[in-house]
Amino acid sequence: MALVELRDIRKIYHLGGEEIRALDGVSLDIEQGEFCSIIGPSGSGKSTLMHILGCLDSPSSGTLKLDGTEIQNATSRQLAGIRNQKIGFVFQFFNLLPKLNVLQNVELPMVYSGLNGRQRRERAMDALRQVEIDNRSKHRPSQLSGGQQQRVAIARALVNNPRIIFADEPTGNLDSHTGELILEMFRGFHREGRTIILVTHDPEIAVMTPRKIEIRDGKIATNLDRTLAGLDREIATATTT
Amino acid sequence: MNLGNVILTGLKETWAHKVRSLLTMLGIILGVSSLVAMSALVKGMELGMKEALGAMGGLEKIRVESGELPLHQRHLEDRARGVTLQDVTALQSSAPLVNTITPTLSLSGRGSRTVVSRKGKYARPWVFDGTWPGALEINEHVIEYGRMFNELDNERARQVCVIGTDIRDELFGEPERPEDGVVPIGETLSVNGQPFTIIGMFEHYESKEMKKKREDYLEQKAVDPKTPEPRLRDHYVFRIKNRTIYVPLNTMLLNFRTGSTMNSAADARLSTLYMKIPDIELLEPALQQVRNVMMVNHNGLEDFSFRTDEDWANEITLAIKNARVSGGVIAAICLIVGGIGIANIMLASISERVREIGIRKSVGATTGDVFIQILVESVVLTMLGGFVGLMASYGLVLLVGHYSPSENEPVITVGSLMMAFCASVAVGLIAGLFPAVKASKLHPIQALKYD
Repeated sequence: MALVELRDIRKIYHLGGEEIRALDGVSLDIEQGEFCSIIGPSGSGKSTLMHILGCLDSPSSGTLKLDGTEIQNATSRQLAGIRNQKIGFVFQFFNLLPKLNVLQNVELPMVYSGLNGRQRRERAMDALRQVEIDNRSKHRPSQLSGGQQQRVAIARALVNNPRIIFADEPTGNLDSHTGELILEMFRGFHREGRTIILVTHDPEIAVMTPRKIEIRDGKIATNLDRTLAGLDREIATATTT
Repeated sequence: MNLGNVILTGLKETWAHKVRSLLTMLGIILGVSSLVAMSALVKGMELGMKEALGAMGGLEKIRVESGELPLHQRHLEDRARGVTLQDVTALQSSAPLVNTITPTLSLSGRGSRTVVSRKGKYARPWVFDGTWPGALEINEHVIEYGRMFNELDNERARQVCVIGTDIRDELFGEPERPEDGVVPIGETLSVNGQPFTIIGMFEHYESKEMKKKREDYLEQKAVDPKTPEPRLRDHYVFRIKNRTIYVPLNTMLLNFRTGSTMNSAADARLSTLYMKIPDIELLEPALQQVRNVMMVNHNGLEDFSFRTDEDWANEITLAIKNARVSGGVIAAICLIVGGIGIANIMLASISERVREIGIRKSVGATTGDVFIQILVESVVLTMLGGFVGLMASYGLVLLVGHYSPSENEPVITVGSLMMAFCASVAVGLIAGLFPAVKASKLHPIQALKYD
């Protein structure tokens, strides 16, 4: 059984009487331990797809199974619980809380899962050690460089030991060298067996992941898995209508 | 998310915007302190009024006064005798519910020209009553020097009197402290030209309040002789009692009533009968009993009227209630204005923290978590305001006490402090409700995209 199962997912917005099909019948399986990228030009629907995968949004129709449970009809409270326990987000703009220090930022998900102060501190420090920024735990985000901030954000995504990590353009706001280091970090997590979904518009980054899913006009245009396909055989999936 | 964390976050948020929080809290501070000050002021008034009521003889005292006939009996005016000593006898034998019946003939009050004089000094008594020794008990008088006149003095119609301290002050000179004054027992004074021997003097009556003020002043004066004299005007009840002269009833009748009308016979009409009931619960039946006896004795002519201090007590209750309501309304308006300020600042605060709310939701905060967080922030703000307000109220009470028109020191009660504090918490809850709902309903994606 796949970790994530999408079946015929549609997301339709109504803007001033006009119907916008952000996602138009997307079906997709992602297995435990995969490292895949979702690529597409802006407006293609890749962000909408990530939001639905990340339980930040609900689809208009279709079914979504995450870790064995169907969640397309989950309440906002249940979705919050899933985001808290099973999903870690890394954003382009880091999205750290400026008023909290590094340690408190990393502790934030555990505050909502109800851990006590000592456990929170220990696990947050562990996560900070994994991303090698534990020496800055008392700093404010504004006192750190972009790469350091992104590492703090990654530590926050890791701290509740989620099933999937979503990274939305994680290198988009970093110089190429720092971006490379961050991507290397993700590759490391992949080797440890974590499931990582990376959303990007940059084909050069997408090339580095074993699997590449290309979205165009709300549909899956290409679904290439190099590990399954041998070296360079592309499977152009006929998109479901 | 546990409550301790939420409260800590709220405190941090308040601390992060110190000036803004302080300005916002100002409304609550003023509201809470005015609420406390108002109830302290009213409490002081209440205590003062009740003290005065007690000094007048309390609720157990009934007065029967000669009065006008009702309209349908007006044509029998010439047969109305008014309240007389016969009534006293009748009541003593037939009205067991009342005791200490004390007849009084008064030569004071409005229109009287009673003047007492001694060696060229004059005084005007506010009460000049011919009465029985029982008046002492019924009007809560205490003899400090000498003695009250007795049955024999009354029987013989001796020219003796008992005076209050203010009368003494005016005839013999005012001492610095009422306790230090001359004891004029055995001296003679004249009332409207008739000589009377002073055989007793009451103690100096004053409210606790006034006593404290007077003693404070003397203490300060000992340190600094230039201390200005405070406004020492006690409640009129105490001033009346200090300006009282009692003489035996018979003396009064013989000296000031004989031949005072066109008839050669003495007019036996009295001013008032005072009597007491043993228990306030018996007020209604006692009044009915007295009325029945009097009606029989007066051949059905209702030429008398009852007065009790119940009306006065009711007036006190009403006045207190009015003061409380009007003060409460003002304080409530203060709190409402403060609450609007809080709601306003919370709305501003959440609209500058939309992104924060988005981030919190993306890492797993539920709608309820966000709701509680904003609500607690609002309550923390008003609770801090409430604390400061309670402290400020102490100063406000001193200030109000200094300038208040009432002679009673305001009294801060624990109940009023608790009520005011609870009010501040309630304002925080109500004011935080709308902003909290608004914040908690933000969609995580829109909140994350917000700039």
